[in-house]
Amino acid sequence: MLEYNEPERTEFSKTGLVAGVRQSIPIALGVFTYGIVFGILARQSSLGPLETVLMSISVFGASAQFVVLDLWTSPLPVIAIVVTTVAVNLRLLLMGASIQPWLKRLTPRKTYGILYFLNDESWGLTMRARSNGENDAAFLLGSGLIVFAAWISATALGVSIGGLIQNPAKYGLDMAFIAIYLTLLAGVWNGREDAIPVGIAALAALATSVVIAGNWYIIIGGLTGSIAGVVRDEYV
Amino acid sequence: MNMSKIQMSTVSLAAIAGMAVGTYLTRVGGYWLVSQFELTPRFQAWLSYVPGAIFVSLIVPKLAHGGPAKWIAGLAALIVAWRSGNILYSMLAGIGVVLLLRHLPVVA
Repeated sequence: MLEYNEPERTEFSKTGLVAGVRQSIPIALGVFTYGIVFGILARQSSLGPLETVLMSISVFGASAQFVVLDLWTSPLPVIAIVVTTVAVNLRLLLMGASIQPWLKRLTPRKTYGILYFLNDESWGLTMRARSNGENDAAFLLGSGLIVFAAWISATALGVSIGGLIQNPAKYGLDMAFIAIYLTLLAGVWNGREDAIPVGIAALAALATSVVIAGNWYIIIGGLTGSIAGVVRDEYV
Repeated sequence: MNMSKIQMSTVSLAAIAGMAVGTYLTRVGGYWLVSQFELTPRFQAWLSYVPGAIFVSLIVPKLAHGGPAKWIAGLAALIVAWRSGNILYSMLAGIGVVLLLRHLPVVA
């Protein structure tokens, strides 16, 4: 469990911004790789090149964007696309909630601006940094900005070369994703008290992934595990 | 490339706009909701368990359904992650091992 000893105020400085950018270079490289693959696959779908780049800028959500490629048929099922996007992104609700104690001291304008750049990788890295004593909320913004830049530029690159490449190297990509979250997990791991929430989350996610199609396992695992941690604290 | 693919259609733009708005609402919704209440210690404890629970949920199904090459590569990535705390090293270890194993006829 991370410590929530609140500092008097959350810092928001250029130093934090730069730290966020620098420490996010590895995750930005990972996102850059998915971005190229997304651009290539989008080019091979019926989504136009400009539409693809516009989507990456305005939606900025890799998993939702990958999923809707399959739905991009004619006539376009707009409602299904929007509903699927929200469903795939529901996990962001949990991430935004968990980061609230850190952002609440900023002005609403700053907070709602920073949240535009909230993404899985930056959130994860920020939570790890926070558990290691980082006290500057600009860290999340810096991380979000470099990941955003990586996603947009990689999408554009993928779209441009999309005609040339037929079969993106999927195995390497999956492992990049797994390695990112294994490292973040190791970074927030706080000893035996985390065994219950993390273990229950793993089991719940695995069971959900077998029973329910789609990515519901993320939010169901996340909820079940974190609630199990509280139940253990209260009753065991 | 034909012109119809270069030009953006109104219905495509509407779908992208809907996706953008829906996604932004999920980005701010959790923050907004939690901001409406004074957080109890129990609630804060819950929030503090969310990251680890989400991290493991993101990877376990992918690993479990991934086959032996990914299990071994995942173990390599975990060991490197544990010892170095460095995402880049862990990624290189995982990708290196999985690509190596994919090219060995024994495991494939």
